[in-house]
Amino acid sequence: MNKFLNAICAGAVAALCASSANAETLRLLTWGGYAPDEVIALFEKKYPDIDVEVTFSNNEEMVAKLRATGGAGFDLAQPSVSRIKAAQSEYGIYKPIDISKIDASVIEPVLMDSVKKYATIDGELYSFPHQWGTQGLIVDVSKAPDLKGWTDLCDPKYSGRVSMRLKRGVLLGMAFDMGMNPFDAYDDPAAYQAILDKLEAKLIDCKKNVKAYWTGGDMLSNLMLSGEVVASDAWDSTAFKLYSQNPNIRFVPTRTGALAWIDTFTLPAKGKADDAAYKWINFVNQPEIVTMISKSSGAISAVKGGKELMPDAAREAVNLAFDDAAIANLKVMPSVPAGLEDMEGKVLDRIKAASD
Amino acid sequence: MLRTDTGRLSLILLFTPFALWILLLIVLPQIGIGYLSLQVKLAPRVYEFGLANYFEFLNEPIYWNTLLRTAWISVLVTVLALLVGFPVAYYIAKIARKRSRAALFLLCLIPLWVSDLVRAFGWILLLRETGVFSSLLQGAGLIGEPVELLYNDVTVVMGLVYTVVLFMIVPLVSTMDGMDNALIEAGYNLGGSRFTVLRRIVIPYAMPGIVAGCIIVFMLCAGSYLTPVLLGGKNSMWFTEQIYQQFITRYNWEAGATFGCVLLAFTSLAVWLGLKLTGQNLASTVAKD
Repeated sequence: MNKFLNAICAGAVAALCASSANAETLRLLTWGGYAPDEVIALFEKKYPDIDVEVTFSNNEEMVAKLRATGGAGFDLAQPSVSRIKAAQSEYGIYKPIDISKIDASVIEPVLMDSVKKYATIDGELYSFPHQWGTQGLIVDVSKAPDLKGWTDLCDPKYSGRVSMRLKRGVLLGMAFDMGMNPFDAYDDPAAYQAILDKLEAKLIDCKKNVKAYWTGGDMLSNLMLSGEVVASDAWDSTAFKLYSQNPNIRFVPTRTGALAWIDTFTLPAKGKADDAAYKWINFVNQPEIVTMISKSSGAISAVKGGKELMPDAAREAVNLAFDDAAIANLKVMPSVPAGLEDMEGKVLDRIKAASD
Repeated sequence: MLRTDTGRLSLILLFTPFALWILLLIVLPQIGIGYLSLQVKLAPRVYEFGLANYFEFLNEPIYWNTLLRTAWISVLVTVLALLVGFPVAYYIAKIARKRSRAALFLLCLIPLWVSDLVRAFGWILLLRETGVFSSLLQGAGLIGEPVELLYNDVTVVMGLVYTVVLFMIVPLVSTMDGMDNALIEAGYNLGGSRFTVLRRIVIPYAMPGIVAGCIIVFMLCAGSYLTPVLLGGKNSMWFTEQIYQQFITRYNWEAGATFGCVLLAFTSLAVWLGLKLTGQNLASTVAKD
């Protein structure tokens, strides 16, 4: 027993020494697929003194995790650009980014401008674009060829054959398809509530069509691949990934336009490895790394020509989904004002709790 | 003198980890949650002390409906777990031979070696429309079309019973183990039927174990998260899911903390009621030596 304990202690001491010898650790808080193992291995090979630790999360959890610690515990986070302003003004969890340390010339100017527009607070820029994509519909075109818009999910002929993610995306999409513009009402709570009331009625009515509300990318993939569901609201990246397994599964940007999101690089307020973070950002914007990340995430890189750098199958799926008109019709999701999510949350709760 | 000092020292040393654990991981966070639930948000970064979060909970029928739903399903699961667990426990404690007892007990424990998450996914694979059961039924010609067995309340109840039944069996076995077989024989000798013996002798003797098992199972159910969320249908809301939603997706920690306190108060009340109704107390059941 004593020998065993000694061995453990020796091991622990060795581990401690090893980690202090490696001067720096880059703690990355990101989305599943955004930091594939092969990219991390290449990065650690290029910078042997930096250790990369990855935590996979989503927008809401990233903000919640950083809020819990006041912005400590991670050195680089990747929230969407719509989740910068309100989170920063309420909880102060980010710090400004020094764009002079990043090669911004490789980034698509339209995306850079959008991020500057939505992530500048008091004259300081907080974020840098990384990948972008859209929210729209994922459809098995062999089973539901004429499903083109959000409200089509409620068409009785697909009863019990559709899925949705009960989050704000489906609210926004439905609103546009019902002829309303929720973004215009962002700063007017009363008007926004009026829109939400209509959406609540519509989505409760639509519930009989829903087989199950999906909660994670894997659940959606299983529902679509098994054919249990013929259509759902979804991120395009999921659709592009599934296209290579079943070419009938396509992304439909919808007749009212897909909702575009941009995921960013943002520094947590108490991050301790800013230099390593800047190195990581520059590293992942190299063309061959962009392809690797696009392959595992399914999303399009924000670098110029990001679409051309996607793996072949995914690029084919993107081209099938987006013609020039669909690109022109994109609706970039603006910053979510504080308090709006409370209103949306109550509506989503009521929809979930209602019986169909 | 020296002797009592060392005795006292070893008592303190033995007790310290436990006290620290209770204090740092249970009492302090609970106080923090309680404090947070009394914070009322006025504007970004501006808070006031008050009970508004609790009124908010009472004013929104969805929230207390979810709580009542959670409680009702938890009670149902507790009853089912007792019905399933009692015969198993009786068999292990009274009927099985001494040698096979340990093996049987071990068999009950095996599911616990796999995590909750994996077990829930196991159910998903079995029950989904393109899953094992549906295909088997089709293969046997019993049904013409694939049938969806997942995503409804029955699945949630079944999954929960499966997860918690062990926590019913363990206290039952340990209580009934101490029962003298002569009591049962005497019951038969005096002309009691099987049912009478069960009702008048076995159940009263096992009562502390039954109540202890029910308390543990009820608390586990009301506080479970994974099983209801993964197996539940489009209409099912579990109260812990609400707490998660408030904390994570709404950034509304104050409401989440309020819900947490409400859940704690509610389950404590339910346990107290259960003890009162069965005429037991904590010392005679969970803390029984």
